[in-house]
Amino acid sequence: MQSFDILLFAIVSPLALALAMALGLPQALAKKLAYVAFAIPALAGLCVWYRFGEAPTEGTYAFLNTYDTGLDGLGIKLTLGLNGISLPLFVMAGIVGLAAGLYALQSVAERLNTYLMLLLIMQGGLMGVFASVDIFYFYFFHELALIPTFIMVGIWGGRDRNYAAMKMTIYLTVGAMLSLIGLIAIYYKSGAQTFDMIALREAGLAQGLSTVAQNNIFGLLMFGFGILVSLWPLHTWAPLGYGAAPSSVAMLHAGVLKKFGLYGLIQIALPLLPQGAAHWATILATLAVIGNVLIVGIVTIAQRDLKQLVGYSSVMHMGYAFLGVACISVVGAGGVVFMMVAHGLSVALLFLLSTSIYHRTQTFDLDEMGGLVKHAPVLSAFFVAGTLASIGLPGFANFWGELTIFVAAWKAFPILTVISILGVVISAIYGLRAAARVFFGPQTEAFDKVLAEKPAGDLTWAEKIPALLLLAGLLLLGVWPKAMSPAINASISEIYPAAAQVVPVDVAHN
Amino acid sequence: MTTELLQQAAASNQWIAIAPELLVGCLALLLLIFEIVLPKARHDVIPTLAILGLLGIIGGFIVNYDTPFLDQETFNGLLKHTGTGQFMRLFFLFAATGVCVLGTVALKRQAMSKVEFFSITLVVTGAMMLLAQVNHFVMLFVALETVTVGFYILVSYTRTNPLSLEAGLKYLIMGALSSGLLLFGIVLLYGVAGNAAFAMHTANSMHFGELRAFLYENPDNLLASIGIVLVISGVAFKIGAVPFQIWISDVYQGAPTPVTAFLAIGSKAAGFALLLILVSVFDGYQSLVIKVLSVMAMATIIFGNVAALTQHNVKRLIGLSGVSHAGYLMIGVIAAISVPYAVGAICFYLLAYMLASSVVFGVMTHVSGDDDADQDLDHYTDLAKTHPFLGAVLGVGLGSLAGIPPLAGFMGKLLVFMAAFEAGLYPLLGVAILGVVLSIYYYFGWIKAAFFPQWRPPVFEGDDPIPEPARQAVGTSARVLLATAALATVLLGFYQGPLGQWLGLS
Repeated sequence: MQSFDILLFAIVSPLALALAMALGLPQALAKKLAYVAFAIPALAGLCVWYRFGEAPTEGTYAFLNTYDTGLDGLGIKLTLGLNGISLPLFVMAGIVGLAAGLYALQSVAERLNTYLMLLLIMQGGLMGVFASVDIFYFYFFHELALIPTFIMVGIWGGRDRNYAAMKMTIYLTVGAMLSLIGLIAIYYKSGAQTFDMIALREAGLAQGLSTVAQNNIFGLLMFGFGILVSLWPLHTWAPLGYGAAPSSVAMLHAGVLKKFGLYGLIQIALPLLPQGAAHWATILATLAVIGNVLIVGIVTIAQRDLKQLVGYSSVMHMGYAFLGVACISVVGAGGVVFMMVAHGLSVALLFLLSTSIYHRTQTFDLDEMGGLVKHAPVLSAFFVAGTLASIGLPGFANFWGELTIFVAAWKAFPILTVISILGVVISAIYGLRAAARVFFGPQTEAFDKVLAEKPAGDLTWAEKIPALLLLAGLLLLGVWPKAMSPAINASISEIYPAAAQVVPVDVAHN
Repeated sequence: MTTELLQQAAASNQWIAIAPELLVGCLALLLLIFEIVLPKARHDVIPTLAILGLLGIIGGFIVNYDTPFLDQETFNGLLKHTGTGQFMRLFFLFAATGVCVLGTVALKRQAMSKVEFFSITLVVTGAMMLLAQVNHFVMLFVALETVTVGFYILVSYTRTNPLSLEAGLKYLIMGALSSGLLLFGIVLLYGVAGNAAFAMHTANSMHFGELRAFLYENPDNLLASIGIVLVISGVAFKIGAVPFQIWISDVYQGAPTPVTAFLAIGSKAAGFALLLILVSVFDGYQSLVIKVLSVMAMATIIFGNVAALTQHNVKRLIGLSGVSHAGYLMIGVIAAISVPYAVGAICFYLLAYMLASSVVFGVMTHVSGDDDADQDLDHYTDLAKTHPFLGAVLGVGLGSLAGIPPLAGFMGKLLVFMAAFEAGLYPLLGVAILGVVLSIYYYFGWIKAAFFPQWRPPVFEGDDPIPEPARQAVGTSARVLLATAALATVLLGFYQGPLGQWLGLS
C-alpha cells in the first residue's frame, strides 16, 4: 500500500475531465485541460517504468493497491498493479493515448468537445485495462473504452460509418460476451471464487483446473479474445471499422484497445490454462498463419484504400502475435508482449499519417494519389519510417518482437514459421508499394485538381509532435530493446508453468 | 376467517406491519377527496400531492426499514415479512413515484381526467407491495386481482384513442384467462393438500408454510404437479414469459406511456417477487419447477429478442425487449433455488432495470406526440443534437438495458449470469449470451436513430411529408427524475458499495 496511487491517478484524470465536460465545463477551458489529462497517463507510464525495477512486488505485481467497491464478498474488488507483462502495455497505452489526444486536439472535428470527452473516456478505460489485477475490472475497463469507439465511429466516421459501427458493435459484443463467460468459468472452476489474478494463480498452482475444463475455457477465451483481436476468419469487422473510424479512434483502438485480447491470453489464459492452451495450440497457430498472415496478407496487397490497407495490415500482424501465443513458451509470450508494444506504436503512427495524407489529397484512394513527396517531404519521411517499422526492419521495435516470435515458433511449428516469415515479404510488398504510390509516383490529374483548390503543405508542428512521439518510441525500443525486455522476461518466467521455461511444449503429443 | 380472528388481529398492533400500504391507500383516497373539494382549476395540485406523498412514505419507510416483524407471519399467516419483501416494497414505492412523474408529463396532452390516474396508480402500488409479502393463496389472489383490475382501467385510460381501448380489451381477456388458470391451479393444490388420504394433509392448505410441508412429503402427485404448473402459468402472464407473452406488444403500444412504464417495471417486478416466493413453496417439486422455468426462460429470451429485432415502434420494441429481460431474470430465479445470493442478484437486476426503464420511458413521454401509440424510431432523429439532455440520458438508459458496462444493467446481468454459472445452468447461459448479442442490434439501432447523423429523403415541391411530433420541453420534476435515474445507473455500475452488502452480495 502506498499513499499516492499513481495508477489510479492515471486512470481517473481523463475520466474526471470527461465527467466535468459532460456536466458543462466551458469549451475553451476544457480544451486546455485536455492537454493535461492526456499527458498525465503518458507521464505516469514513464514514471512507473522508471521506478519499476526497485518497486516492491507481490506475486510479480508492483504498485499494488486495492479498493473495495461493495462486491468484496463475491471476490470482486478494484485491484491495481503492474507486472512485467502489463507494464510495457501500460506505458504504450499512455504514449499512444497522448499522441491520439494531441492529434484530436488539432483536428477540426464537428462538436469537438463531445469528441474529446469520448476520447478521454476511452483513454481512462485503456489505462485501467492494463493496470487491473482483478480480471473483472480488466474486462470492465475494456468495455468502458470500447463503448465510445462505437459512438465515435457512428458520429464522426467516414464512408459506411453506420454499417461499420453496427458491424463492429455486434462482432465485438460477441467476442466480449464469450470472453466474459470464459472469465466467469475461470472464477468458478479454479475453486478460488475470486477474480483476483494473484489469488487465482495461487489456486491454479495449488490444484489446477481439470483438463476438460481447461480445454473448454481456453476455447471460449481463444475465440472470444480472438474476435476482439481480429483472428481470421472473425476479422472482417476490423478493416471496415478502421476504415470508417476517425483517426484518433483508429489509433487508440488498433494500437491499444485491440491488445486487450492478446494481453488476456498471455496474462490470464496461458498461465492458468496450460493444458487447454496446448490442446488448441495447433488450431490457433494454423488459423493465425494461414488465415491472418497469408490470406489477409494477400488481401492487403489488393487494397486500394489507404486507411483500409493499414487496417488490413494490422489484422495481418495480429497473426504473428497469435503464433507467439500458440508457442506456449516464455520466449514466445515475451515476443508477443514486445510485438504488441511495437505494433501499437507503429499502427497508430500509420493511422495518424494516413489521415494527414487525406487532409492533403482529399482522398484515401491510392489510385488518385502520387507525387506528394514534392509538397510534403517530412510527411513522406515519417510515412516511410512507419512503413519500414511495420514491415519489421532492424532498428525498429517491431523487428525484435517478430524475431523473438519466429525463434520461439521454429521448434513447435516449423512449416508455419516458414510461411509466416514469407509474410514479411508480403508486408514489404504492400507497404512499400503504398508508400511509393502515395509519395513517389507521378502526380495524378485528380491530385492536380485538389492542389489547384488547396495547396498541400507539409506536416504542421501540431501533427509532427504526436508523430515524433510514436516514432521515438519505435526507435528507442528498436535500438535498445533491453529497456523493456528484462521486466517482461522476469514476470513471464515466474508465472509460466515449468514446462514452458526450457523448451516450447511439444504440442503434437498433447 | 372468523370475526374473532379479525378482532384478534385488530387488537394486536399488526397493522403497523402494513402501515406503508395503508398510507398509500389513504393517499389514494385523499386524492379523490381533493378532486371533489378543490375547484377544477386547482386540480393541478393533485399530481404534486401524489408525488410528495409518495416521497414522504418512502422517507418514512427507509427510516423504519428494519421492521420488528422481519421473518414473522402476521394476520394469521396471510403475510410474511421477509428481507426480499422489504426490498420489493421500497422498489414499488420508487416505481410508483417515477410513474406519477411520467404521468404529469404525458397526461398533460390528453383531454382526459387527470386525477384518477394517480389514485389508481397508488392503489395498484399498495396491492403490489402486499403481493411481495404474501404467504397465503387467498391473499395472493386478492392482491393480484387488485393489481390486475387497476391495470384494466389504466391501460384503457385514454378512452378517445382506439388503440388504447383495444389494448384494454386485450389485457382484460388475457388477464381473465390468466386469473382463471391461476385460480384453477390454486384449487387443485388446495384440494390435494386438504385430502385426508395423504400424509401431512392439512385443513389450512392455502397457507404457504403448510402447503410447502405437504408438497415436500408427497413429491410425486400428479394433481399437485398440474396445480403447480397452472399457478406458475398464471404468474407468467404478469411477467410476460413465453407462451404467455402474447398480449405484451399490443397492450404496451396502446396503453398510455406512463402505464406502459408501470406495466414494464411494476407488474413485471411483482411477478418476480411472487415467483421467488412460490419457487420456495414448491420446493418439494424442484425438478418439475426447474424444468418448466428453464423451458420458459429459453423460449422467452429467444422470442423476446427475435421479435424485437424488426420493431420500429419503440413502445412495442421496449415491450418485447422487456420480455427478454424477463427471460434473464427467470434464469436468476432458477439459480436462486440452489445459489443463495441469486436473490440479491435478481433484486439488483430489477433495480437496474427500473432505473434504466424510467429513463427510457421518460424520454419517450417527451418525444411522443399527441397520439401516444404512434412512437416511431424515426421520431428520434437528431435527438442528441436538438435535445442533448434527453439524448444523453437515453443513451445511458438504453446502454444499461443492453447490459453495457460501466452501467448498472451490466452489473445486474453479470451477477445473474455468475449465479447461473454457479448453479451449473450452462445451456441457459448459452441462450442468454445469444440473447444479449441479438439485443445489441435493436438497442443500438435506437441509439443510432438518436445519435448518428441520418440520411433523410429530400422533400420535393408538392410532397406532403408526415410531420414528426413536436418534442416536449423537459419540466423540472421530469428533469430531476431523469437525471437522478441516469446518474444512479452510472454510479451503480462503478460502485455498488453498501447496496451490494445490503442485498447480501458480499
